[in-house]
Amino acid sequence: MIKVENLVKVFGTKHAVDGISFAVERGEVLGFLGPNGAGKSTTMRMITGFIAPTEGTVTVGGFDVVEQPLAAKRLMGYLPENAPAYTDMTVQGFLGFTAEIRGLHGEAKRKAVARAVDLCFLENVRHQSVETLSKGYRHRTCFAQSIIHDPDVLILDEPTDGLDPNQKHEIRMLIRKMGEKKAIIFSTHILEEVDAVCSRAVIIDRGRIVANGTPEQLRQKSEWAGAVTLRVVGQSESAIKDRLTQLRATKRVAILANGSHIKATAFPRTAGDGDFTREVIEATRGWQVEELHTEEGRLDEVFRSITMPDTVKDQTK
Amino acid sequence: MNSWVNIKTIAKRELVAYFMSPLAYVFIVIFLLLCGTFTFFFGYFYERGVAELGQSFFFWHPWFYLFLVPAVGMRLWAEERRVGTLELLMTMPITPWQAILGKFLASWLFLAIALALTFPLWITVNYLGNPDNGVIFAAYVGSWLMAGAYLAISCITSAMTRAQVVSFIVSLVVCALLLLVGTGGALEFFKNLFGVSIAEAISSFSFLTHFVGFSKGVIDSRDVLFFLSLIGFSLFTTSVILREHRH
Repeated sequence: MIKVENLVKVFGTKHAVDGISFAVERGEVLGFLGPNGAGKSTTMRMITGFIAPTEGTVTVGGFDVVEQPLAAKRLMGYLPENAPAYTDMTVQGFLGFTAEIRGLHGEAKRKAVARAVDLCFLENVRHQSVETLSKGYRHRTCFAQSIIHDPDVLILDEPTDGLDPNQKHEIRMLIRKMGEKKAIIFSTHILEEVDAVCSRAVIIDRGRIVANGTPEQLRQKSEWAGAVTLRVVGQSESAIKDRLTQLRATKRVAILANGSHIKATAFPRTAGDGDFTREVIEATRGWQVEELHTEEGRLDEVFRSITMPDTVKDQTK
Repeated sequence: MNSWVNIKTIAKRELVAYFMSPLAYVFIVIFLLLCGTFTFFFGYFYERGVAELGQSFFFWHPWFYLFLVPAVGMRLWAEERRVGTLELLMTMPITPWQAILGKFLASWLFLAIALALTFPLWITVNYLGNPDNGVIFAAYVGSWLMAGAYLAISCITSAMTRAQVVSFIVSLVVCALLLLVGTGGALEFFKNLFGVSIAEAISSFSFLTHFVGFSKGVIDSRDVLFFLSLIGFSLFTTSVILREHRH
């Protein structure tokens, strides 16, 4: 549904987006990750046709966004960053306006507004002026606008920004549900959201894609992936460290002592090594092990090691 | 057909927005107060003893508009850019032209409403005497066209900035120039400087020069064309500026 090819955007001398390519099919929810200023919003603005690319092409449903903007825009719903909405209108008036612009009139318009109000929990503020809404409601009003015409493609720039935990949860569930039938791109810097919602994630940094895969695949890149953490009683720190370090597959061992309990984490040489846990169990036979589990890998650590490689190295030392 | 529906939708939203904010009412009240005050006190409406509105009422319009129309036009694009709704508008399935026309027509219609609300003056003058209503009608048409030209210039300045105040001041200055070059003083000045033909060429760009005919009851196609082409040119410039923002 969405195809982005070699997209470049230059502002003055700065390459805000520097050769990004990816595709999103129907039924996929693509999480767009990256530090602030990485080029997420700029990319989304080019996909939706708000700004023109310096180079490269975007096609939505087969329509080139630059060459056939109206056909492409008809297929898309867009929630811009900061969720702008006309402050001098009521929620109902604003949604009615966006429905009309999308070609819905009369009964179709009434139904579309009612559906969007329902999905985004706006019933309480339906007749309130947008200006007087709290941030969360305003955000959801703009979100409602993006789904008013039940589009095939949704571009959401930080859809959960400024919402309270309950609202975040509701919006995530909504995105996941809609993702079954639509092609969705959404940006976030909340990593737990990626697990909760995305079928695939792209990490971009300084205008380039630095990682692209399912949340599981990304997690495998973490040095925590496949690491084994165990809590031991009755052994000395050095004994534990020596025994685990001697294993062929061990990269390093981290020890955290807490009274008589010693917590140790052994990291495998190859992240996600499936046999590593068994090796650790073999090696610790005869010890009093109170707890042992295999780590899944941490997205936040992957994120940091990819976007800020130097600082992560420093911390590991 | 389809594009006309879009233009209408945009215009309707804009017009409703005007009346949702206090601006519309403040504007109309001030405009009517100014009209009344100037017509009766400074226009010597009664003292003239003639049943007409050209000298007492329409005479002041170019000067009222100078301050009032930039205030109506300043929010058109500046506000969209400040709040960020421009991003919504430009990613909707409409062309920039439809948005520009829709917004312009809404404000122009708003000015028409304000102008139409001066009807008590027309009733008064008909009650007191037998004016030439054809002349008055022509003057109303001219006044509205002129207001459109002021408005179109405010459109440009509004598209250039996200600060309404900046838009207001810049369009006021531009409109003041277009107004002042048509005054007698400016004509004399340019005559001495460049000679008669250039001075007249300069003054032919003034709102004032083209409005005089209307206020005397003459609808000259050249004057109509002047205002319409000024509007067209300004809206085109607005579209160029908006397109530039996309790069």
